[in-house]
Amino acid sequence: MVQTDMYEGLLAETVTVEGANGDRINAYMARPLGAGPFPAMVLAHHMPGWDEWYREATFKFANHGYVTITPNLYFRAGHGTPEDVAAKVRGEGGIPDDQAVGDLSGAMHYLRSLPYVNGKVGIFGTCSGGRHAWLTACRSKGFDAVVDCWGGRLVMTPDQLTPKSPVSPLEYAKDLTCPILGVFGNDDSNPPPAQVDQHEAELKKYNKNYEFHRYDGAGHGFFYYHAAAYRQAQAVDGWKKVFAFLEKYLT
Amino acid sequence: MCTMIVEKIKIDGSGKGTSEWFELEGANVSYDHPFHAPLEHALNIDFVNESMGPSARVAVELSETAARELVKTILAVLGQAEVGGHL
Repeated sequence: MVQTDMYEGLLAETVTVEGANGDRINAYMARPLGAGPFPAMVLAHHMPGWDEWYREATFKFANHGYVTITPNLYFRAGHGTPEDVAAKVRGEGGIPDDQAVGDLSGAMHYLRSLPYVNGKVGIFGTCSGGRHAWLTACRSKGFDAVVDCWGGRLVMTPDQLTPKSPVSPLEYAKDLTCPILGVFGNDDSNPPPAQVDQHEAELKKYNKNYEFHRYDGAGHGFFYYHAAAYRQAQAVDGWKKVFAFLEKYLT
Repeated sequence: MCTMIVEKIKIDGSGKGTSEWFELEGANVSYDHPFHAPLEHALNIDFVNESMGPSARVAVELSETAARELVKTILAVLGQAEVGGHL
């Protein structure tokens, strides 16, 4: 808890990490100043890209005491404004799941190599980032907590599978080894409440440690204060749930 | 990246980007999250020239109604041009 007479300092900068296939990609990183040890977070950015909201989210987690890194999952698409790069990726039908898992796992390994990290690493994502956070937490051992905020396309039927997304993410539920927090809006069309039910049922089936919060009056992306989707009361409560969950499992 | 509904087409023409005109080589038509329109999903058209990099882009984000009206209007205008012997 912040006190008005305490010292605070953050360091934020762009770094380079090893991602999928050994590729070097850039990442935005922010951390509290000091020797630590601090818990750490990997953020999986959303479909609109490695954008201002995710840079500010990186600050936010660091301000709450987490060494935080947000890899640029669209690095291979070239460079320009975040919107232009994200539009290019949108036009290509997104990025391969395996590549996202490799990049986010690489960021986790980078955090684990740092002397001021306490050995606990979580992962957070919204929208496509929620889906990627789930996939990475299930498939890559080394995470101690995962936060999935309204990740869509977690439940895929066989006809929806593609070379980039060859397996329905829900099929990995049995492999999850860390606690999961899910944050969803009941007015969301992707994932719709029925798919959130399926997700929850699968976690129950495999006796996983999970905590889901579903908000009335909120749709997709209700944390995004720059968008029409923003829902103030639900977002404030959702962020409280996120940080309470992370404090429980990472500190 | 939530719906992943996208089609790419090759096109001929020119587009005006943030600073100048450039040659278009394709259009990416998606129904997915827009960047600016206050909609969860929109009909997005990115007119692009990928050989010039991601910034060679002219973007529109339309509501479903607007997109359908635009399609009808384009076809109507082309129909008039054809009737007038211009095509």
